[in-house]
Amino acid sequence: MTDHAIEDTHGRVASWRLLLGNPVTVASAVVLAVVLVIAVTAQWLAPYGINDVDVPNALQSPSGAHWFGTDELGRDVLSRVLVAIQASMRVAVVSVAFAVVVGVTVGVVAGYRGGWVDTVFMRVVDVMFAFPVLLLALAIVAILGPGVTTTMLAIGVVYTPIFARVARASTLSVRTEPYVAVSRTMGTGHVYVLVRHVLPNIAGPLIVQTSLSLAFAILSEAALSFLGLGIQPPQPSLGRMIFDSQGFVTLAWWMAVFPGAAIFVIVLAFNLFGDGLRDVLDPKQRTMLEARRQR
Amino acid sequence: MTHPIVRFLARRLAYSLIVLLGVLVVVFALVHLVPGDPVRIALGTRYTPEAYDALRSASGLDRPIIGQFFGYVGSALTGDLGVSFRNGDPVATILVDRLPATASLAVAGIVIALLIALPAGIWSALHEGRISDGIVRVTSQFGVSVPDFWMGILLIALFSTTLGWLPTSGYRPLLGDPGGWLQHLVLPGLTVGLVAAAILTRYIRSAVLEVAAMGYVRTARSKGLSPRVVTFRHTVRNALVPILTITGIQLATILGGVIVVEVVFAWPGLGRLVYNAVAARDYPVIQGAVLLIAVLFLLINLIVDLLYAVVDPRIRLS
Repeated sequence: MTDHAIEDTHGRVASWRLLLGNPVTVASAVVLAVVLVIAVTAQWLAPYGINDVDVPNALQSPSGAHWFGTDELGRDVLSRVLVAIQASMRVAVVSVAFAVVVGVTVGVVAGYRGGWVDTVFMRVVDVMFAFPVLLLALAIVAILGPGVTTTMLAIGVVYTPIFARVARASTLSVRTEPYVAVSRTMGTGHVYVLVRHVLPNIAGPLIVQTSLSLAFAILSEAALSFLGLGIQPPQPSLGRMIFDSQGFVTLAWWMAVFPGAAIFVIVLAFNLFGDGLRDVLDPKQRTMLEARRQR
Repeated sequence: MTHPIVRFLARRLAYSLIVLLGVLVVVFALVHLVPGDPVRIALGTRYTPEAYDALRSASGLDRPIIGQFFGYVGSALTGDLGVSFRNGDPVATILVDRLPATASLAVAGIVIALLIALPAGIWSALHEGRISDGIVRVTSQFGVSVPDFWMGILLIALFSTTLGWLPTSGYRPLLGDPGGWLQHLVLPGLTVGLVAAAILTRYIRSAVLEVAAMGYVRTARSKGLSPRVVTFRHTVRNALVPILTITGIQLATILGGVIVVEVVFAWPGLGRLVYNAVAARDYPVIQGAVLLIAVLFLLINLIVDLLYAVVDPRIRLS
C-alpha cells in the first residue's frame, strides 16, 4: 500500500470513529433509519386504511385500538401519520436530489471554469437568493398549480442555489491544489479531473448540506401542504392534517400533536445528524474535536 | 482619490442594482410562465369576451413581450404595479395597506428573538462545553426543528382557547387601538420570535466563539485584564459585527417567511395577501408582493453591508 493510501484509510477509520463516538449523532441516525423503514413500508405498517371513514368513532382519544386517536371523520390518525411520513420523505428526497444534481453541476462548473461562466452563474444564484424560500416556492406553485410534482420542483429549485454556492466554494479551494495541476499537465481531460479529483474532495461539505437541506425540505413541504398547495387530499400530508386540526385543538389535541410531533422528530433528526457529520467532515471542527479528546 | 467608503458604497449599490434587475426579470416572467392564458385562468367563471379583452389590455398583456417588460420596469420604478385581477384595485395601494401589519409582526419577532438569543448565545459561547452550553445548544436545535405553524396552533390552544388570556387571531392597527394591537401581536410575535431566536442563538454562539479564539483575546487575557473586561470589551464587542449581519438577514428572512404564521393568526399582512392571491390566481398581486418582499430583502442586506463597513474599517478597505 502506498503512503497516501494508508493515510486515506486512517482518515476514514478516524472519521467513522468520530461519527460513532458521538451519542447524539448515533441516536439521530437510528431515528432516521426508523423513519426510512416507515417511508418504505408505511402501507403495510398502517393498521387501518388512510381514508376509512368511521363517523360513529370520530374524535376518539388515543386508545389500544387507535394509538394516535381518530379524527373528525373517525379516520385512524396513526395510519394517516405513517402514510403522510412516506409522502413527506418522498417529496424531500426527490426535491433535495434535484437541488444536489443541478446545484452541484452549476457550482462545480462555475468554480472550475471561472471567468464569465462563473460570473453569470453566480449572479443568477444571487438573484435566487434575493427571494425568501417559501415565497419563491409559492410563486412556483402559483405558476404550475398545486400538487406533489410542483411541490417537489418548487422545493428543489429553492434549495439549488445553496448547493451551487457550497460546491463552488469548495471547488475553488480544490482547483488550486497541486494534484489538480499535475493531473492537468499530464493531459487529463476536464471531465475526468472533475469526477476523479474535484468531486470526491468537495463531497464532505455537500453531504452535510444534504442532511440539513432534507430537514428544511420536510419543513417546506409541510408548510406548503398546510397552505393547501402541496400534497393534495385524499392523500394525507402532515401539514394538511395540522391545518385540519385547527377547529378541534381543544376537543381533540391528538389531531394536532401527533402530525406535528412527527415533523418535529424527523427534522430534528436530520438537523442533529447533519451537525454530527459536520463535526467529522469539516476539518477545522475536526482538529478541535480531536484536540479536545486528547486532553 | 475618492474615499474608500464611498467606493465601497458605490460597489455595493451597483451590485444590488444588478440583482434587482434579475429580480425584475423573474417577477415579470412569473405571469408569462403560467401554462395557458393567465387572464383566462384568473377570470375563471366570470369569463366573457368583453371582460377578457378589458382585463388583458388593462394589464398590458396584449403588447409585445419586450415592450411589456420595459413597460413593467418603467411603471414599477414609478410605483405603478398594475391592478388586481380580482377587484381592479391598484396593487401598490393594496401592498401599502398590508405592509404595517407585516412590519409590526417582523419587528416584534426580531425583538423577541434578540431578547432571547443575545444572552443565550453569549452565555453558551462563554461556557463552551459545560452543561449550560449543552442545554442552550439542544434547546436551539429543538427550536429550529419546530414547524412555526404548529407552534402557533399550540400557543393558540394554550393561551387563547384554554386560558383565555389572549385573542386567538386578528389584528388591530397600532394608531387606532394600541392596547388591542399589542394584545393581538403577542402570540404571532412569539411564534415568529421563538423560531428566529433558535436560529440566532446558534449564530451568535459561533460568532462569539470565533472571536474568543482570536490572538488579541488571548493577549488581553495573558496581560492580566479582568475576565469581565476581556469578555465584554474584547470578545462580545467584536462579535457584534457578525451578529449585526445575522440579525439583518434574519429580519429579511422573517419578512418573507411569515406567510404561514399570518395564515394561522388571520393576520392581514403581506404573507396572507400572497396566500390569498395564489389561491385566486391574482397574478399582478403575486408579482407585486414578491417584488416588494425581494426589494426589502435586498435593501436590508444593503443596509447591513453599509453598517458593517461603518463599524469595521477592515471591510471597507479590503
